[in-house]
Amino acid sequence: MYQTNYHRASSVEDAVKLASANDEAKYLSGGQTLLPTMKQRLAAPSDLVDLRHVGEMKGISVNGGKIRIGAATPHVEVATSAEIAAACPGLAHLAAHIGDPHVRHMGTIGGSIANNDPAADYPAGLLALNATIVTNSRSISADDFFTGMFDTALEEGELIVAVEITAPAKSGYAKFPNPASRYALTGVFVARHGDGSVRVAVTGAGADGVFRHAGMEQALASNFSADALDGVTVDDSDLMADIHASSAYRANLVKVMAKRAVAAAG
Amino acid sequence: MATVSMTVNGRSVSGQCEDRTLLVQFIRDNLGLTGTHVGCDTSQCGACVVHVDGKAVKSCTMLAAQADGAEVTTIEGLASGGELHPVQLAFREHHGLQCGFCTPGMIMSAVDMIRRHGGKLDEKTVRAELEGNICRCTGYHNIVKAVLDAASKMGDGARIAAE
Repeated sequence: MYQTNYHRASSVEDAVKLASANDEAKYLSGGQTLLPTMKQRLAAPSDLVDLRHVGEMKGISVNGGKIRIGAATPHVEVATSAEIAAACPGLAHLAAHIGDPHVRHMGTIGGSIANNDPAADYPAGLLALNATIVTNSRSISADDFFTGMFDTALEEGELIVAVEITAPAKSGYAKFPNPASRYALTGVFVARHGDGSVRVAVTGAGADGVFRHAGMEQALASNFSADALDGVTVDDSDLMADIHASSAYRANLVKVMAKRAVAAAG
Repeated sequence: MATVSMTVNGRSVSGQCEDRTLLVQFIRDNLGLTGTHVGCDTSQCGACVVHVDGKAVKSCTMLAAQADGAEVTTIEGLASGGELHPVQLAFREHHGLQCGFCTPGMIMSAVDMIRRHGGKLDEKTVRAELEGNICRCTGYHNIVKAVLDAASKMGDGARIAAE
């Protein structure tokens, strides 16, 4: 790892100020991706602004179907929250299957979506749940937030403070983990919203990161059952292909995982 | 260089290190506690697992500076006096180690697992929860047996008593 300067932020305002003091500064949340990346010298921020002690960025609240998760909340808290399990079981299941127990003790929801790894779990969840990403300066809809592989709508120095979700009527997530890395080779989150609309988001498979699948959304909106997906075609032309799986294999996995996610949503 | 202070195995310690120093380096090089191992460079193997503020973390994926002010427990902190921790005893009894390199991380993960699940652990859960710990001797079978035995011996009180 190259030299860096560590700063511990005490508030959102403090964090933004510390980060803006240097062009090459980065926010450090759980660090479960950033630190390994720095160890491999693939990233070399001059300064790190630690967010783990910013109280206003931590914690979960659920009020009348409105879910708010602080950006610095670790995965383990979302996975084990009784309130999340009741309001959005698919999200609790998703959080419980990120990385391993040690990673879940450190990694955070804000860090995951800011990184927008094409095989990360949370981007699929938040896109399907039509979440709102609240930053220090504005609110961004998930549709506008995830702009491509490792790319988001965040401006330089902009900090995610929280994620807001309206509890769906039903939610489910299913992933096929890569047997070696355990990242999603394909993961599908399905959410049926209060107005009857259905959103289906896919991670791990898209050549340009997380995406929604209109065909599956339409099929499930008229009949929310795994069988409804039988007639849906998943085009493999925009899917990833690598040594782990061809795009055709991933296209099949998208459908299989979507069916499992619907079944899990009940 | 900065001064980092924390409580390690119940003892207040402080030392000088660079901001980029990993917690595992601080534990091994500054404190001389070499029971915590570095097995990979990619945050996958779990040989470096310690407890920070009561939770299992990979000390190779945390800066020493991040742990400033924290309570840290390493493998050296489990036994009390000359008496091994029940999880250590179970690993010995069930031969839950071959070369032993992964053992400190396995035991720290097992103690954390038993703290979270109590005596109700089953084999499927133990295997799933060991996802972040790699044994290159592939001695998982006896490791799982040891964890299950320790969990049942520690019983439901284990949730609180794991440390």
